Amino acid sequence: MKIELRNPNIVMKLSKLGSFHQSKLSFLRSFLKEFKDWDYSRDLFELDDKGYGKAVYSFKKNNRIYSLACFANKINNSERSDRVIATKWDASFVLYDGIPTKKDLYRLFENVPKQEVGRLSYKELTLSRANKSIRVFDHVVECLSSGKQPDTKILSEVGYLYRTTAVYGSGKFGLADRFRLKNRKEIYGPFRLEMMLVYLVRQFTFDQVNHIAKNKSPRQAVELDSKICRNLGIGNSTGLGMAPFIVNHPTLLNNWIEAREKALKKVREIKKTNENDVNIFKKCLKKSLKNITSWNTDSEYQQKKIKQLIIDLNKFINFVEKNDCFNKEFPFNLLYLWCEKNLNDECIEYLVSLMMEPYDDIINPLVKQMSSEEEKYFNIPTQRNIEDLRNILENKYSEILKIDFSKKENNQNFWFISKNKEEPRVANRYEEKGSELEQPLAIARDIKKLYERISTLKNGLPIGKFLNDNNDLRHVVRRAFIVENFPYSEIQDNTIGSNLMPIEMLRLKLSFFGAVKFDPKSDKWVRICMFQGAPLPHELKSFDDYWVYNSLN
Amino acid sequence: MRSLSEIDTTAKRATKAIGYSWGIAEEVGKNIRLLELFGLPGLKNLNDFFKVYKKKQFQTIGLINKVNESNKISYCPITLGINFLDQINLISEIKEIKFINVAYPLLFLPFVSRVSEIIGKRIFLKMDQNEFLLNFNQSINSNFLKNDIIKQVNKIDLILYENDNTFNNSEWEELYKLSEDTFVEESNSSKLNAAGAGLIDND
Repeated sequence: MKIELRNPNIVMKLSKLGSFHQSKLSFLRSFLKEFKDWDYSRDLFELDDKGYGKAVYSFKKNNRIYSLACFANKINNSERSDRVIATKWDASFVLYDGIPTKKDLYRLFENVPKQEVGRLSYKELTLSRANKSIRVFDHVVECLSSGKQPDTKILSEVGYLYRTTAVYGSGKFGLADRFRLKNRKEIYGPFRLEMMLVYLVRQFTFDQVNHIAKNKSPRQAVELDSKICRNLGIGNSTGLGMAPFIVNHPTLLNNWIEAREKALKKVREIKKTNENDVNIFKKCLKKSLKNITSWNTDSEYQQKKIKQLIIDLNKFINFVEKNDCFNKEFPFNLLYLWCEKNLNDECIEYLVSLMMEPYDDIINPLVKQMSSEEEKYFNIPTQRNIEDLRNILENKYSEILKIDFSKKENNQNFWFISKNKEEPRVANRYEEKGSELEQPLAIARDIKKLYERISTLKNGLPIGKFLNDNNDLRHVVRRAFIVENFPYSEIQDNTIGSNLMPIEMLRLKLSFFGAVKFDPKSDKWVRICMFQGAPLPHELKSFDDYWVYNSLN
Repeated sequence: MRSLSEIDTTAKRATKAIGYSWGIAEEVGKNIRLLELFGLPGLKNLNDFFKVYKKKQFQTIGLINKVNESNKISYCPITLGINFLDQINLISEIKEIKFINVAYPLLFLPFVSRVSEIIGKRIFLKMDQNEFLLNFNQSINSNFLKNDIIKQVNKIDLILYENDNTFNNSEWEELYKLSEDTFVEESNSSKLNAAGAGLIDND
């Protein structure tokens, strides 16, 4: 049986994208798989008794070494902020290409804690900073120094000791450009070096908390239990900075979504499942329930979604138990079709992720297709004509062409770059100044404008000639010819309407990172957790691939 | 050192800020990145061009011809480049193209480099005394090794090369003959067995 890929007009709706969950395709999981046979070591650990100082961790294989330099600093509670506009952090990190010399470490020490106002070089790959979750960190230090393990209930409410507020790569602040590294096979998957940084930061947080406890009470202190460590991840606080990324990298977005869609299609096309695969699916499903029940958020929006997810999952489990689906042909297709009819998006996408779990043979080749050589698709095919463009717009943007942009509510927001922090922001164009400096992120509006502009033009007019008088719409002409070949490259929604929930754009990206426990703090920023349940570095050589469902929380 | 990513982003934003559309700004961002990647002073020239952009007038261009002349005011290198890029499919049959009086010609160069890739031909570009060979957007060979701003040139000559080799047939034959010395003379039995494929292909 041949299953069609899901319709981009449905999949690429923001409400759908904002319901995506981590999966076997997620970057942190593929990172762990790629680096599992690399040698991990802690090369330097020079912290004072309060935990301030520097440390270096590395992954090594053959002649290649990646080193994480960590700088832990003393800051006042009043200086600790989740927002990207902060200027001081508990710790700052940089991933270095090779082994940093003393001179390098001094240079990095001078620059890395300054983050955006420091300067990095082509030898540095990714940059980040993080703050302690003070409540959890202090509790852990207190317990360990008195010879006890911390209260896992307190830990599970948060899920991490530190949370990062940004992870930068690809040429930011002088970091190495992607072109310098693109031939390295081990980092071909997207965001692999960002994942490595976060993973090594996680280990630093354990080492630091143990070190402080030990110095506080050298005789009594115990080390944090490795089971507890495993159940702690790294938090992340993500604001709007991530949102424009998915609009600005259409082919990359396509390749992420298409990999997911192809995975689902192939799983649905499996005629007969074997017992082992069914067991893996059921085991992951059952274990994952713990992840949902320990998913804490104050956000009413997310609470509703979680509540509905639990209801839907129970409905699904009942259905699986009552119907002998796995003894029928194309069982995952039956299940999927039932889900579409009976469940909400949050649960459908949750189950789509779970359906991938038993199938390494399907997923592993797709992981390799999730990068993009974006430059290849930049040039506009100016030899094409208006008829081609019109067909693309009508076929690929049919939902968007229905939006009436003469209505105020469909035009309400504009995206801009803040002068203070050079970070993306979104504001109400009828209340705030600056909409004349709007970023080109109102794709739906501009596509509609393009469609209207070409409506009276002759079919045979070459695009090159059209552009001569219409360069104000050049950016969307480029996108139209991209979406023609990359069906999942475009969000099929209005990114400036009054109903816009920017966190759905963040959630999409974060789900591909492998984040869990989305905790929206408003419609514009969200806290998440990464690597919770993941193997510790010394366990990487042999670990359970389903670790993401092993959380004890 | 600024990364290419920073250069691309800043050039793009500056181009929008000076008054071009976002779509053109995207092209310029990529172009300046390309020039800097090839070791040519793109950012410096763009910065200088934008300093005079609002003060001076620049000539735009419609349809590109074999000879394009702007006597009074210089051609704007960005609109010239955009039009050259957009019209290349209409003009690629022309072997030689001239542009008379072009401002900041280095900013025009990356458009030509990208065209070289699009049409699959090397392009030779001469701007006054400076010569450039644009190799399918993979590299730029040049006698221009200064890190200078070129504010204006009287003439740009473009030659769109056919895909010819740089060597003649006898040079090829000589080298090929030498390469044959790595081949092994086949015996009767190896003729039968060493290829792996069947001798008869009509079954």
